[in-house]
This record gives sequence, C-alpha cells and structure tokens, in this order.
Amino acid sequence: MGAAQHPADRAGTDWPARLHVVTGKGGTGKTSVAAALALGLAADGRRTLLVEVEGRQGIAQLFGTEPLPYAERHLADAPGDGQVYALAVDAGEALLEYLDMFYKLGAAGRALRKLGAIDFATTIAPGLRDVLLTGKLKEATTRTVDQRRVYDAVVLDAPPTGRIGRFLNVTTETARLAKVGPIKTQSEGVSALLRSPMTAVHVVTLLEEMPVQETIDAISELASLGFGMGRVIINGARPPLPSGRLVTEAELARGLRAAGLPADQRIVSGLHDEARDQIIRRELEDSLRADLVELGVPLVELPLLPDGVNRAGLDVLARALIGGD
Amino acid sequence: MPSDNAAPPLDVDQILADPGVRIVVCCGAGGVGKTTTAAALALRAAEQHGRRTVVLTIDPARRLAQSLGLTELDNTPRQVKGIDVEESGGELHAMMLDMKRTFDDVVLAHTDPAKAAEIFANPFYQAMSSTFSGTQEYMAMEKLGQLHARGEWDLIVVDTPPSRSALDFLDAPARLSRFLDGRMLRLLLAPARTGGRSVFSLVTASFGMFSRVVQKVLGAQLLTDLSGFVAALDSMFGGFRQRAEQTYRILQARETAFLLVAAPEPDAVREAAYFAGRLREEQMPLAGLVLNRVHRPAVPELGAQESRAAAERLATAGGHEGAVEVLRAHAALAEQAVREQRVAARFTETFPQVPTVSVTAQPADVHDVDGLRTIGAAISRS
Repeated sequence: MGAAQHPADRAGTDWPARLHVVTGKGGTGKTSVAAALALGLAADGRRTLLVEVEGRQGIAQLFGTEPLPYAERHLADAPGDGQVYALAVDAGEALLEYLDMFYKLGAAGRALRKLGAIDFATTIAPGLRDVLLTGKLKEATTRTVDQRRVYDAVVLDAPPTGRIGRFLNVTTETARLAKVGPIKTQSEGVSALLRSPMTAVHVVTLLEEMPVQETIDAISELASLGFGMGRVIINGARPPLPSGRLVTEAELARGLRAAGLPADQRIVSGLHDEARDQIIRRELEDSLRADLVELGVPLVELPLLPDGVNRAGLDVLARALIGGD
Repeated sequence: MPSDNAAPPLDVDQILADPGVRIVVCCGAGGVGKTTTAAALALRAAEQHGRRTVVLTIDPARRLAQSLGLTELDNTPRQVKGIDVEESGGELHAMMLDMKRTFDDVVLAHTDPAKAAEIFANPFYQAMSSTFSGTQEYMAMEKLGQLHARGEWDLIVVDTPPSRSALDFLDAPARLSRFLDGRMLRLLLAPARTGGRSVFSLVTASFGMFSRVVQKVLGAQLLTDLSGFVAALDSMFGGFRQRAEQTYRILQARETAFLLVAAPEPDAVREAAYFAGRLREEQMPLAGLVLNRVHRPAVPELGAQESRAAAERLATAGGHEGAVEVLRAHAALAEQAVREQRVAARFTETFPQVPTVSVTAQPADVHDVDGLRTIGAAISRS
C-alpha cells in the first residue's frame, strides 16, 4: 500500500462493499465510527448515505443538527467535494411508503395512521419492523437515477451486537409470521442483498473485556448466519508504550531530580503507582487485542480523541479508517 | 474530582444499611459498569450490613456471572457461596433475568394451562415475548415485583437492561399497557367477540381496507393468528396492567432508592442527566450518582503541562527513558482527569443537589468476589 495511493481508490479497494453495517456493544462509539466511515467513503466527490434505524437521533446529536426526519438530507461535506447525506428510518413511515408503493393508499394511509394501525403493525411484529427497516436500506443502496447509483456507499448505524443477528436475519424472523405474500418476497430480496458481497458487517469495540467478548460472540453468530464480515474496528486505541517496562522507584527519583522536579518519597511512589496501573491496563489491552487478531477478521485501530468526538475528530477518524495505514 | 465540586457526597453505606430501604435500582447508559456496580453493592449489603440481599442482573458479563456462581439463565435466585458473611449474618443471592420465561410465567399466572398452551404456540406471542422492544424492560419490572411480593429479602438490588435509552426502563410498563389498551386491539377483538367468521366486520371503511391490505400483504393465516393472540392478551389484560401499576407505585415509594450509574463520558453523563430529570418528574426517589471509571492522578500537584515539559527536557538530555515515560503517562492522566471533571460538571451544574460519589478506574476488569468487594469499598469511600 503505497502512501501515494489515493484515499478514494482505497475506499474502493479496501472497502469494497456498498452497504456497510456498523454494529458494536453500546458505549463503544459505533455511531461516531459509522459517521466517520460515511465521511471517509465520501471523500473525493463521492456521495454516501448515513442511516440510523433505532429512533435515537444519534446522528443529529453527533453533528449538532435538528432531529433528522424520515427523508434524506444533506448532512456534511467530505474533503474533495464529497457529500454525506443522512436518513433516520422510521418503521411506521417505511410501512406507509411501502403500502403506498403497492396499493396507492393516499388518504387512507393517513386514516390508518390515525387509527394507530401503523404503530400497531410495527409494534406487534418486530420481524415486520426489521424487514421494513432493512428494506429501506436495500432500496437506498440499489437506487439508480439515469443508470447511475445515487449513493456510492450506504453506512448503517446498526442495532448493537446483542440484537444485530436478529435484525439482519430478516427472512427467518418474518417467515415465522408471514408465510406468503409480498412481505415474504420482500424479505427474501433483502436477505439476498445482506448476504451478498455488496454488504459488509463491521464490529466496533473498545479494548475492554466485555465489548471484546461481545465482538467475538457477534462475529461467530453473524458467520453462522452467513453474513460477510468487514472489519473489527478498535475505537479509542492508544499507542503502545515504548518499553512496557516499569522503572524502579530509584531510577524514577533520579530522573525527576535530573528534570528539576521534586522527588520526595510520596511523589515518587505516587508516580510509580500510576505507571504500574498503566502497564497493567496496557497488558490487558494487548491480550484483548491478541484475542481479536485470532478472529482472523481485518482489524482497524482508531485513535483515542483527547477532546472527544467533534467534527474535526470525525475527520481524523475518517482518515484513520480510509486514508492510510 | 466531581464530588468535590458542588454536589454533596453520596453515602452508599447509609442507604445499604437502612432497613427502610428494600429496593436499590441501578440505572444508566450501557457500558458504564452498571451490572458490576449492582453486584458490588449487593455484596457489600450482605457482608457489611448483614442484609439478606438478592441481586437481579440482566445479561451480565460471563466472568462476572461466574464469579457470582451463575452458570445458567434459570430465572431463580441462587445463593452466592464463599463470601464473608460470618460476622454480619447477611446473605447474598443472585439471579439472571430470563425474559421469555418471565413472560411465560406471567401468562401462566393469569390463565388456565390449556389457554396458556394455546398462547405459547401462537407465532405472535413467540415474536413478542422474545423480541418486542420493551419486553426486557417490562419483564425486569415484573421480576422485581415478584421478588418484592415474596417478601423473603431485606434488600433487592436491580440492574436495569441496556436500553437504547435509559427511559425505556420506566416507560415499558406504560407502553405495554397502552398497547394492550389501544384502539387497534379493540378493533381486532371485534370478530373474536362477535364470533363472526369475517374478520373486522364491524369497523370503518379505512379499516376494512387495512384488513384487505393486510390479507394481501401478509396472508389470511396471519390475521387469524393475530386475532387469536390479541384475544388471549385481552383476557389477561387487567392483570397485566394491575401488576405494572403496582410495580410503578413500589418504585415511587420511600423503600426504593434509585442510583444513577455513569462514566465521565459525554453520552453517559447526558443520559444520567436525562434520567435524573425524568425521575424527578415521576416523583421517584433518586438517591445519588455513582460516577465510575474516574481517573485521578496520584500526584495532582504536578500538572500536565509541567510534567510534559519535564519529560521533554529529560528526553533531550537523554539517559532517563523510564522516567520520561512515567512523566508522559502522568501528563496524559492529568489531562484526562481535567477533561473528565469538565464532563461530569455538566451533570452537577444541572443537579447540584444530587449526592455524588466518584469511583476511580480500576486497572483491570472485575470478575471475582474480591474485585467486587474492592469496588464496593471504593463506592463507599471506605
């Protein structure tokens, strides 16, 4: 991988999928990573769509915008005239849109909503809800205008690892409820896309025990269901310690004196304790990283952003994902 | 340290020792150490305060579950062995919530076995009892109500589900109740009540069209299943709502203490603030905030800038590589501490009266009873 390689080329070769499903345990920063991926893949004149499906308005919070409607809106610009659009898919709206497409509902659709039918339908059958949400994703991923794809890539801020298998496994879930009819056909179409090379599932984790365990569990579940793995993305990774060796207190005291700092016993042992805890933490991180390497899924590490995730931070993450190794 | 700002210190021991407190609910965003905190508090209540305690966990980390002797999801409290209760006379029991089984139990409690078997076989029941968003929250409440009704425990410590938003936990019973009470349900029940074959015979034109669309889209079998499910739910509805309301009242009572759990990260603190406001609205007793994973330097008087400058001086001079690393690490830690204080202050500024305790980040994850004991002591500042 030459450093001269263009980010956009890398976006094509290293991230070949069109639909990127980003999952991870809650609290690992999957929304930020999904946003950064959408930005990175939009570099150099591309257009991407960042989608959320859980009604959390996480994208709006992250970008500091008004809550997203059920409509594709311009969200941000990427370097080199790239554009990121955003969409918050709502199952009820998707159902109405779907029914309208096939049955020309018009005003009757609004009446149904008033009656609570739409909420009811999407509440009582979670499988139905998921097939509507993933159906909308499929539509956006494959949409063309004048024989050109509208989006170069679609990035989904997906449900967390605990629910991702069920969410993506729409055919099985809907088959339990709908044995015939268009919903069944629809779910089969969605399933084919999700299991094709057009789709990659990425799992975001931190180098902490529980997120790593959930990552391992999710990958084995997703593999058994036949979904293609993209990357394991380690968020908030810190650079390795240069030596990983703990100095003695005497060495430390000499160093402090040489730097012109006070070196009484309390300070020396305090700093020494800090360094020891840090080494313990790093050793644990190293062993967790090794567990992830063993999965055989490509790993990407994103740096810890000292100032939290703001717009500039997202660009840093986008470059780390797409721009270079 | 946020607890040193304006907020009064949280005295967890006072809560755990108070015989008037029968329920402690730990809530907050996912990934902030909620389950570990719940387990540590329960252990401390048993060991230090001699209380007969049960901890209800939702989806604990495997090794944490093992440390409590929980090897399977059997929905029954199991006594935790090998803890230090000789002096205090307390007991610790632990259980993991089995959402589906709890739902099944609710159904069994409200209907006869034949009807229950019919419900269990209904595909809508199967979908709803395992995937309905809110079922886990609702069942956690239901289980809490059951444990409370048994009256066997001095103290019940509850971990709350990793909801997409902490609010789901409070809203789930009402949402389920609304759902069961809704107009749609009434409409769907019409055919079952009239005994007629034609589904939705009594309803409006738009609804008739809806049923035609549903028949077309989903098939007629589905409507039959749905109708059957809804009729079954209807027969149990009174019981459902009564229980949800009972549990809600218990949560408002003086015997309950809510503890918010957060980490000094923007999302977790925002969630905690949201929840604090919500508890106030619902008149539920918020006892305090446990701020986990707080970093604090052991040598606070050596500031980040000074430490980093010293590290660079030493690095240039050469010969003290070990000390350079320590000073750089200290600078990073001091910076992190300042950042965390700023984030935590967002909560304290909005809720200055909520007692708060900060718990220092542990270098390694906790998965044994000793580790839980250490955390319990840290939360209690002892």
